[in-house]
Amino acid sequence: MTHETTAHHIVSYKKLVMVWLGLLSLTGLTVWVAHHNVGIGHVWGSLAIACIKSGLVIAFFMHMKYEGRLLRWFLLLALAIVAIFIGFTFFDVLYR
Amino acid sequence: MATVQPTPTSFWNDTGKTGITSWIFSTDHKRIGLLYFYSTFGFFLVGVLLGLLLRIELMAPGRTIMGPATYNATFTVHGVVMIFLFIIPGMPGAFGNLVMPIQIGARDVAFPRLNLFSWWLYAIGAVIVLTSLFTGGGPPDTGWTFYVPFSARTGTNVSLAVLGVFVIGFSSILTGINFVTTIHRLRAEGMTWGRLPLFVWSIYATAWVQVLATPILGITLVLIMAERILGAGLFDPGRGGDPVMYQHLFWIYSHPAVYIMILPAMGVISDVIPVFARKPIFGYKMIAFSSLAIAAAGSLVWGHHMYTSGMSDTAILVFSFLTFVVAIPSAIKVFNWVSTLYKGSISLEAPMLFALSFILLFSIGGLTGLILGAAATDIHVHDTHFVVGHFHYVMFGGAGFAFFSAMHYWLPKFYGRKYAEKPAVIAWAFMFTGFNILYFSMMVLGLKGMPRRYYDYLPEFAPLNLVSTIGSWILAVGLIIMLVNLFRGLFWGEPVGSNPWGGATLEWSIPTPPPTENFDQEPVVTHGPYDFTKAGVP
Repeated sequence: MTHETTAHHIVSYKKLVMVWLGLLSLTGLTVWVAHHNVGIGHVWGSLAIACIKSGLVIAFFMHMKYEGRLLRWFLLLALAIVAIFIGFTFFDVLYR
Repeated sequence: MATVQPTPTSFWNDTGKTGITSWIFSTDHKRIGLLYFYSTFGFFLVGVLLGLLLRIELMAPGRTIMGPATYNATFTVHGVVMIFLFIIPGMPGAFGNLVMPIQIGARDVAFPRLNLFSWWLYAIGAVIVLTSLFTGGGPPDTGWTFYVPFSARTGTNVSLAVLGVFVIGFSSILTGINFVTTIHRLRAEGMTWGRLPLFVWSIYATAWVQVLATPILGITLVLIMAERILGAGLFDPGRGGDPVMYQHLFWIYSHPAVYIMILPAMGVISDVIPVFARKPIFGYKMIAFSSLAIAAAGSLVWGHHMYTSGMSDTAILVFSFLTFVVAIPSAIKVFNWVSTLYKGSISLEAPMLFALSFILLFSIGGLTGLILGAAATDIHVHDTHFVVGHFHYVMFGGAGFAFFSAMHYWLPKFYGRKYAEKPAVIAWAFMFTGFNILYFSMMVLGLKGMPRRYYDYLPEFAPLNLVSTIGSWILAVGLIIMLVNLFRGLFWGEPVGSNPWGGATLEWSIPTPPPTENFDQEPVVTHGPYDFTKAGVP
């Protein structure tokens, strides 16, 4: 069996603070979208912002940007399963 | 009676600590397995007691021993205790821990401290659940499913019970991560995927479901708390919420959880049958892959619990189709077990009797599941006693009887002593008879239209309810005989050697009771798990 090793990467405080500020800004944007009539952008815009925010958290706070391929595959697997679970609820929600 | 002294290196002796701390702070997988065994089995007995009280209440129409509010709380706590405190953690936690590392030739699991932490999380969660019974508004009365809107509004202590289940969920996730890693990384030389015992395959499939599905339960339970504490309105249609979405979220976890309960049980049966039929298992690869297929397909069928919830017809069609798909790998297993028996030299000892009962009872549970999986028939029997009978056939007749089989099969290995065979067979006969009287009557009652979760019923249902209650007493007598015989045997019974059943898997190749680190030297595996000839057992 192979042992995959990855270099231990330390994310600087500056970068973490930048990401945090980015997340706060995106939260502000979510609130703005919620209070303004932007048509179809109301749902899709909010979802897009949420995706960007979770991407930032996964990449930097969960350190996935600096991890090996194996962990990224597992993350992808988990995301695919969540997508399937959520996707299957649309058999109900879209056809009621 | 001959005495057996554990070898100096036995896991019973060889620890640096003494007393209770040598157990509750041990990182040895066998000690943690026994911790899980006694804690989960203790809760099983609590659940049995509550079930017996429910049956006494239903023995005759009207109030017998409890009123409607107490009845609601009793069936809720019965469900929560049996599902979250016994069946889900029981088989992986107890026998997964005890046996799996030895079966793959490992000294322990991959993360022993995490393993101990998992048990502690389980114990803490259990204490929180128990605390909910005596604090706040008293025991929850929602049913184990915590359906909204009732669970968001009831004055009983749902919040604390939900918090306890939430903590137990983390225990399940960590056990899953530990077992997946252990099976990938710690297999002995020669222990290829094609030589893994089928119990290990089933634990592996179960572990993946634990890791991937349990977080959704956690999120769902947090949302209930958000409803109750913050009034979030997530499931309140008056505020843009959707109560049916709660049912989706709950069953996305809780249907796969059925497979967390039944897959390890199937693994036990796959290990027991070849040993007591003295034949290699029929269709090893198909049984192994059917475990993975059940885990995968079983995760996509949750909607069959919701046909009457107001879900769309399209969704009913899709979920009904997928439910029938799951029947295929399940049937493959049953076919292969029966084929293994064909022309075997069958020895009807207690583990085998429980295993054979499993095949029959699980098949009845599975086939009645198809009646519920088809929307046209489900709508007529939804929320009736038919459903109660069906899932007890799967969960108790399946997972429960497999647990009893595993107790008789593996516990002598870890205690060095064995129960008496004749009382074990008598106990099995009582349990098998009582079980069928108890739950088959329920299914007939359901077909006649008796709803579940009501403490009272129409007089026309009285005779079968009385029969069902008498069945529960016969079952309880069998349980008492089994427990007295088994534990008397484990502590004072006849000593057994390293391989009392003539098994070919690795746990039978080491001393009884096993040494602390299982193997003096890492074993080299040269044959399959059911190759009795090459293993040198008669």
